[in-house]
Amino acid sequence: MRPRRAGGPWTALATPGVAWLVAMFLVPLYAVACIAFGRIDPIFRDAVPQWNPLGWRFEEAGAVLASITTGPLRAVALRTVAYVVVAMILSLALGFPIAYYLARHAGRWRLALLALIVVPYWVNYLMRMMAWYNLLSPSGLGARLLRLVGLEHNWMDGSSVAVVLGLVYGYVPFIILPLYATLERLDWRLVEAARDLGAGPRAAFRLVTLPLARAGTAAACVLIALPMFGDYYTNDLLSRSPRTEMLGNQIDFYLNASSQPQRGAVLVLLLSLLLLVGLSSYLRSTERTARERRR
Amino acid sequence: MSDAASVPRAAHAPRRMRVLPVVAWGYVAWSLVPVLVAVVFSFNDGRSRSVWTGASLRWWATDPYASLLHDDGMRRTILNSLVLSVATLLVVTPLGIALAIGVQRLSGRASGTTRALTAVPLVTPEIVVGAALLLTFTRLYSGIPLGLPAQLIGNVTFSLSSVVVIVRSRLVAIGPTFEEAARDLGATRAQSLRFVLMPMLIPSVVASLVVVFATVIDDFVITSFLSSGVSSETVPLRIYSSVRGGATPALNALATLLVLVSFTVLVTGLAVLSWWRRRHGERGGLRAALGDVTNDGG
Repeated sequence: MRPRRAGGPWTALATPGVAWLVAMFLVPLYAVACIAFGRIDPIFRDAVPQWNPLGWRFEEAGAVLASITTGPLRAVALRTVAYVVVAMILSLALGFPIAYYLARHAGRWRLALLALIVVPYWVNYLMRMMAWYNLLSPSGLGARLLRLVGLEHNWMDGSSVAVVLGLVYGYVPFIILPLYATLERLDWRLVEAARDLGAGPRAAFRLVTLPLARAGTAAACVLIALPMFGDYYTNDLLSRSPRTEMLGNQIDFYLNASSQPQRGAVLVLLLSLLLLVGLSSYLRSTERTARERRR
Repeated sequence: MSDAASVPRAAHAPRRMRVLPVVAWGYVAWSLVPVLVAVVFSFNDGRSRSVWTGASLRWWATDPYASLLHDDGMRRTILNSLVLSVATLLVVTPLGIALAIGVQRLSGRASGTTRALTAVPLVTPEIVVGAALLLTFTRLYSGIPLGLPAQLIGNVTFSLSSVVVIVRSRLVAIGPTFEEAARDLGATRAQSLRFVLMPMLIPSVVASLVVVFATVIDDFVITSFLSSGVSSETVPLRIYSSVRGGATPALNALATLLVLVSFTVLVTGLAVLSWWRRRHGERGGLRAALGDVTNDGG
């Protein structure tokens, strides 16, 4: 066959897409930094971006950091982390057994179960939240049922429980499939071998299955935690109360409701930094999985 | 020794579990019943979305002002959603296919950088993309007005990477041999792309169309950050702004319609995919088609 030249037509094919991502993804991310570290117009009170990094000023960023460490934003930041961590653990606790059942024991029901588990992917997220609002608003069927068993509570107005369970309800479908993919590709002969060598089912699960599934499980957790960190609509639909406000709600507030774009930009940067940490661990673990699979 | 070797394999076959099926099927019920209740309430006769007072088509069609069929505001949101989704498809599909082929074939440093660049948007939360584009369109690219143009660009940016992922996994499955054979038989590079590779990419193109359509028509964050008010309100934006107000069951009807549209597209896509696979002698059927459109990171 003819030797393949480097570049040439392949560069031409990739160029429009790359140009798009540079112009509509990288430049906007840079613009966020330029606004976060820019200045405020003294007359119009609007944020003026500082395009030259040498001229960046960090007063606003410092003020936001101070607010997060000791000021009013501290509660919001802590709450965001707590909600996401709890919701992620609950999602994993619910999603893992389902994925495991699907991969190992579902038998002839596997396809049907898989199809039903995929259904929420295709139902609008906001509709799924609306469904819970309708059930748990004071006159809703669910709230009335709970009242019958003595659980009288204003669920849809500042309830942390409702927001966290809402997050779980929203994001569980997105953890089950990656977990299922991990477990289905797992080399079950190794588990067999452990059993042949005398490990009980529990020991085999703990010492062989779990370590083999760890990278994929971590990746799946990061995959749902990242969007949860930026989520504000679950909160808005199920609570809309300052008592349950998350970082995403603050960003939405500063950028859309009140016009304080600089503060919003600082928070976006902060969120991106936080996510970068999770993202790098995700990329590392998917790379590890890919390497293991190639072996 | 011989004892251990003679232990039948079936001895360690997966045990029958009692708890797991209950968890799995219980989860399915928990995930679907609330949505089904919301669908049922779109047929409520009364004004409430939570107290049942009898069945009717009032909020779908028969109410002359407030039904889905007659409410101008709701009809506009449906139209906006459809226009935005189709427009995004038209831009992102060719862009994504070309990028996928380019990324797959590039070598060296250019390839690594491009791969990283296409991977990052996949894991960037929408709020970061939405906020960044909002700030950019209002301060840097001021020629791009908020509303449909900005929403279109935002959705293309966010869904470009998923097209690349879907098409690339197909490219990996196809491998270079078919094109090489075509080249050896005298086809130019352009001809082998056009007549050999492109037809084989069709399943991934169909899968991308389905996935992108569903993503965009359901999108909330980016579309909301980049909207210009009522004139560019889409169905998810309408749901968001009305759930906690005194909206009638027409809102449930609107949400149900959105689900129906998504599912129609999904089922059509699955049918096309499994028909294509059958016609071209590829194995797979529904299972493979489901894998295509759920894009489980494989």
